[in-house]
Amino acid sequence: MTESEKTTKRKKFTTISIPTPLFKKVKERIKGTGFTSVSSYVTYVLREIVAEKEEEEEPFTKEDEERVKARLRALGYID
Amino acid sequence: MPRPHGGKLVNRVLEGKEKERALAEAEELEKLQVSRDLASDLESIARGVYSPIEGFLTSQELENILHRKRLSSDLPWTMPIILNAPERQVKTIKEGDALALFFEAQPLALMQIEEKYVFNREDIAKRTYGTVDSAHPGVAKIGQLGSTFFAGKISLIDALKSPYDRYKLSPMETRILFREKGWRTVVGFQTRNPPHLGHEYVQKTALTFVDGVFINPVIGRKKRGDFKDGVILEAYDTLIKNYYLKDRAVMSILPYEMKYAGPREAVHHAIIRKNFGCTHFIVGRDHAGVGNYYRPYAAQKIFEEFPDLGISPLFFKSFFHCRRCGGITHEKACPHSEKEHITFSGTKIRAIFESEELPPKELMRPEVAQIIAKHSNPFVE
Repeated sequence: MTESEKTTKRKKFTTISIPTPLFKKVKERIKGTGFTSVSSYVTYVLREIVAEKEEEEEPFTKEDEERVKARLRALGYID
Repeated sequence: MPRPHGGKLVNRVLEGKEKERALAEAEELEKLQVSRDLASDLESIARGVYSPIEGFLTSQELENILHRKRLSSDLPWTMPIILNAPERQVKTIKEGDALALFFEAQPLALMQIEEKYVFNREDIAKRTYGTVDSAHPGVAKIGQLGSTFFAGKISLIDALKSPYDRYKLSPMETRILFREKGWRTVVGFQTRNPPHLGHEYVQKTALTFVDGVFINPVIGRKKRGDFKDGVILEAYDTLIKNYYLKDRAVMSILPYEMKYAGPREAVHHAIIRKNFGCTHFIVGRDHAGVGNYYRPYAAQKIFEEFPDLGISPLFFKSFFHCRRCGGITHEKACPHSEKEHITFSGTKIRAIFESEELPPKELMRPEVAQIIAKHSNPFVE
């Protein structure tokens, strides 16, 4: 890895601490899987959890809704 | 219904006085001609199909996408959305300039240049398409570009008109439509061919566990010998009218030129359907593939990298007609020999129409076949 690549990596990644026994368990668990490091496994799991927590969709404005429904009706998508 | 990718639907379509002002400005500004393909991208950006992308990518975002398949926000994104600087304008246009993007004589959009940068085209090709072979259509296209690119947000004045605009819905429209139909779960299906029975069975199998199917044909420049856009739409209209419940299937088009980026493009297609409001997306064995550039099922395997995509891919094995089973089935359900199988090959179906015959009812619904056959030439020349 070149110096510039190292700098870029430092900017894009950060370090977090997890208990050593947990680290060891994860290290065992990822053996023979596609995960190449404990970091990549932890990143995967966290991304999954964070994505699940996304809130419900924001509502559209009343004007938008009425305009869209009128077009959908005119095109035969809704009655 | 899932939130749009990145949390919010992008809307960069100018309306009313803003649009009038932009139209007048477009005549005064430096003009940049874009291809039909880029015109489709502009429309997709502005209408939120590519949410959260608001314009053409900066060098930093391009690098993130190529190397990590993610935006700097860590959001999954796999395809470069870039604007190449034409050779004659590389020197004259600088950062901070405002540009008017035109397709021939039609003003499409305004753009503020946030960054002008040079990028290694081979790196773009290699990481996007997994090859630098110039026989690959995507690589060939990158090869025709210069090495300077413009980044910046765009504002759409007008999209290109097409004869099929009545079939075109924006993500806001599909989201409201799905809600009006009472659909909480929706499976997206991308296609660029008229439907044969294999397509229908894939869609209907998915429909057994979601509320509705969103059929989303890709409309735009195609290869010689492909079915014409109008033929595909008429064929689907006929299929839906005759063989689908009215409240379980919706079709609208996606103006888009295929990039043939295989796995990366499969993820891109899923993100697009998430923005339309789909919860699921059907991914084929060789989705967005061309030639032998991608391994079978590579387009499905790539989804393992994205636990946070926010749309669930559905993977199907190929369906076929089995003479012994007496109907459509698939390899996990049929115990009979391959000799009993009639496979759904697009090439085979095309050849049948070329010889001015109709495909057998085991391959295609007769009503659909007749609609295609009534066109004196259903293929792109």
